[in-house]
Amino acid sequence: MTTYQGIFDKSTVRFLAVLIAIAAAVPLLNTLDSSNPLHVSTYTMTLMGKYLCYALLAVAVDLVWGYLGILSLGHAAFFALGGYAMGMYLMRQIGDRGVYGDPLLPDFMVFLNWQELPWFWNGFDQFWYAALMIVLVPGLLAFVFGWLAFRSRVTGVYLSIITQALTYALLLAFFRNEMGFGGNNGLTDFKDILGFDLQANATRVALYIASAVALGLSYIACRFVVTSRLGRVAMAIRDAESRTRFIGYKVENVKLFIFVMSAVLAGIAGALYVPQVGIINPSEFSPLNSIELVVWVALGGRATLYGAVVGAVAVNYAKTYLTAALPEVWLFTLGAMFVLVTLFLPKGVMGILQRKSPANSSGSDDDTPKPELPQDGVKA
Amino acid sequence: MRLIEEFQHREKVFDFMMPNTSPALDVSKGYLLYLEDISVSFDGFKAINNLNLYIKEGELRCIIGPNGAGKTTMMDIITGKTRPDSGSAWFGQKINLLEMSEPEIAQAGIGRKFQKPTVFEHQTVFANLELSMAGAKGVFTTLMARFSASQLDHIDHVLNQIGLKQQRNLLAGALSHGQKQWLEIGMLLMQNPKLLLVDEPVAGMTHQEMDRTGELLSSLAGEHTVILVEHDMDFVRSLANQVTVLHQGSVLAEGTMDQVQSDKKVVQVYLGE
Repeated sequence: MTTYQGIFDKSTVRFLAVLIAIAAAVPLLNTLDSSNPLHVSTYTMTLMGKYLCYALLAVAVDLVWGYLGILSLGHAAFFALGGYAMGMYLMRQIGDRGVYGDPLLPDFMVFLNWQELPWFWNGFDQFWYAALMIVLVPGLLAFVFGWLAFRSRVTGVYLSIITQALTYALLLAFFRNEMGFGGNNGLTDFKDILGFDLQANATRVALYIASAVALGLSYIACRFVVTSRLGRVAMAIRDAESRTRFIGYKVENVKLFIFVMSAVLAGIAGALYVPQVGIINPSEFSPLNSIELVVWVALGGRATLYGAVVGAVAVNYAKTYLTAALPEVWLFTLGAMFVLVTLFLPKGVMGILQRKSPANSSGSDDDTPKPELPQDGVKA
Repeated sequence: MRLIEEFQHREKVFDFMMPNTSPALDVSKGYLLYLEDISVSFDGFKAINNLNLYIKEGELRCIIGPNGAGKTTMMDIITGKTRPDSGSAWFGQKINLLEMSEPEIAQAGIGRKFQKPTVFEHQTVFANLELSMAGAKGVFTTLMARFSASQLDHIDHVLNQIGLKQQRNLLAGALSHGQKQWLEIGMLLMQNPKLLLVDEPVAGMTHQEMDRTGELLSSLAGEHTVILVEHDMDFVRSLANQVTVLHQGSVLAEGTMDQVQSDKKVVQVYLGE
């Protein structure tokens, strides 16, 4: 009983309430007549669905960075792999409606004069198989990578650098036409998902709601982990790794579990992202994406989970706005945000809110008090 | 078949009938730790030279000695960090410490507190004790772990022992230096050790904190066996217990503080006469 109170503390309940409200309101407002001032266009709704996917990705990063202290600069790789798995399914759904009308081969393979489907494209005509791969491929990569890295006790900056190298290597690999993932054009021109037209309004609504549900459930799953004893072990590892090992915990296994879980969540986020934006290409693997993603979490505030969501939505809204209004300013803004947050807001935007309402943070009914983060800026 | 034959030995107490704590630990002779003829040298320097030390069960033993007397090396040998060149070290009658690895020795019931306190500063006092609790520590067991009534009792008991009941929900980083030391002792106690090795616990403490630490260590003796390495003579005297003086890697004198202080050899070593 106390456990459920632990998972659904005040901030979590508040977060879920807001999420449910937004998830329900936006599709409803979408049905209004377009002359109505409260009308939300399908374009805006899809944009918000995209933000929800980013928010889920940010929660995944916060799980490993905020609670476990692993600064992964390659999390976009897991996101992109989940996206590619979904993209492969959507490509197979096109069937013979492609430009070249081949019943089996996607357009780019016909263009490259390929005679048959590569073996790893088999099965992707089935949604359940694609769904399995969305979870399995990022999870397996994280498992192998993590098993090697954590067992050799690679930590801190060195680990960040190899995660960056991982996503860069995948970027280069996916750029190659011979890889069989459409080279630099990636996968696009999707038509259907589960037999429903991707351009149809109802499908857009369904995808938007699915993103919100995925974010909500993943958030609860993350809360379950961080409020469990395992979550406290993770924070112990973050703060004093060798001491935790000395007490008798298998640090490698704890890290591996949380890292894999985080990668799976990132993969799911990518899979929901692709049908909403309609394309997946190797630029999703770009190291810059992973770094931007870390900025979202840093800006929102680490080790809160909801901070990551706020950061992801805020930065992406700013990005959408600025890249349209003042495109040349965006990268400077991004850089400035990171520098300013690191210097002045080590706990992110959520840190200011917590500081302003001390009564909130010392809530005595909380069984597990909020973990305090080190004050010394960004800890790798 | 062998199993059935084994069960036919009616005079034998089977393993599963044994109490849960340190099943192999045999202290029927009343002694918990035997160190015999132990010698260690580092590059020709004899850090420990024919050391003989016997610790009774439930005893609080203070080890004093000038710098370089081999106090820390002795602790290293007991915990398996350093291997002696010769001699034997037994924990109870049946556990040979020299054949065991560091984690195995910790598992067998020897806990060590280092000089510098390392607690998990960003977690509560309660969580610090919870994390140090003895028991299964696999990923999935910790993920699903729930407190049993006896575990909560144990944590409460330790909180009382170390006098941090009021600070239960305080972050460990907010504790004073002395309180951190007590918390660290508490974390050690959570693992149910038979033998506690405590290295200079009162360094940097105020006088009140020293008194409190003295009381704590005295109260632990009996239930646990405590070996205390300390420089502070006043503190050792206040504990009024068996004292062992080490000098150049072997035992120089043993007895109560008064006996030891009137010993000519000890006076010579300490005052250089």
